[in-house]
Amino acid sequence: MKIAITSTGTDIKSLLEKKFGRAEFFIIADTESNEYKVIDNKAAMEAGGAGIQAGQTIINESAIALITGNVGPNALRVLTSGDVAIYRGQSVSIEENITLYKKGELQQINTAGEAHFGMK
Amino acid sequence: MKIAVLSGKGGTGKTTISASLAYSLRNSQYVDCDVEEPNGNIFLKASLTEREVVTVLNPVVNDDLCTGCGACQQACQFNAIVVINKKVMIFDNICHSCGACKIACPTGAISEVPREIGVIESNSSNTFMQGKLNLNEPLTVPVILQLKRKMNKHGNVIIDSAPGASCTVVSTIEDSDYCVLVTEPTPFGLHDLKIAIDLVKQLKLPFGVVINKAMDSDKSIQSFCKKENIDVLMELPYSKEIAQNYSKGILPVQYSKHYKDEFIKLLATIKERII
Repeated sequence: MKIAITSTGTDIKSLLEKKFGRAEFFIIADTESNEYKVIDNKAAMEAGGAGIQAGQTIINESAIALITGNVGPNALRVLTSGDVAIYRGQSVSIEENITLYKKGELQQINTAGEAHFGMK
Repeated sequence: MKIAVLSGKGGTGKTTISASLAYSLRNSQYVDCDVEEPNGNIFLKASLTEREVVTVLNPVVNDDLCTGCGACQQACQFNAIVVINKKVMIFDNICHSCGACKIACPTGAISEVPREIGVIESNSSNTFMQGKLNLNEPLTVPVILQLKRKMNKHGNVIIDSAPGASCTVVSTIEDSDYCVLVTEPTPFGLHDLKIAIDLVKQLKLPFGVVINKAMDSDKSIQSFCKKENIDVLMELPYSKEIAQNYSKGILPVQYSKHYKDEFIKLLATIKERII
């Protein structure tokens, strides 16, 4: 099963990115094969609606879960309707966050954080 | 003549200057375009009896006609539409009401419905108008454009702009005859004045600077304006008396003959610059 993690860098040793809509990279990892790929978040530089676009990207990648720091109200609406479960990642590497996810140790997010969190 | 008052930095005294100008200019119309927090009426005290709602058009989808093809999403330049599992999701407060989605839809499933985002209030003689954006609405421009449609086409209009130099300010000032840039002698005041000057220069609008809270110990604005050959139209001093009256909703021109004369002089100077 595929999960998406917001990342500050291009490999699984990189630190988790706390922004969602304006994260620079998404890492799409397969939890069974442990393979992963990196995609650029094209929404990062959008003038508006970054979370909405980024949400669409995650759904297009068929991820069933997203690990990130914070999602705004619009992104939450998109991700929820695409049946993507959202988890609050920790300030450790992508690899460690995947391990925590597999162990069920990440907290699920059901409410939106502040809008424009990633603009600050 | 249409005089727009802007500043770059907030809190420099746009409202003090614009309301004082309107108060000093007989038969003028004051238009508060700072629609996120209009405050000119604290001083001008107009009785706001007239009310007109501002609406924008947002798309709605007829699910019976929609095939979930995603053409609307591709047409949208503002990321206001996503199509997930063939179901269209619209984000009204990001929508810029351009209508592209309706044109792009191959099955005619999209129609547009009006949505209230703010209000325009005025007095019965229409010498005072203000726009008010509803809470949680991000788009100021539709309110400003409606204000400008209702603005007096002839005669004297004083326009109070929002701070900053964004599209809100551009739409407020773009067809004015003259811009008054209000600043204060602080590093932030000077920094944002430069941005405001860039803006009015790009829009090719004639402009001059008013220094509010002017003081002898800081002449940074005067030296900058001298170096750049920019008109300093007036200086309003840093004064406890002005601040005390302001806090009671009284403008300098309302309690002092001296300041009233200063603003009449300022209006004369602006008139000279326009011709």
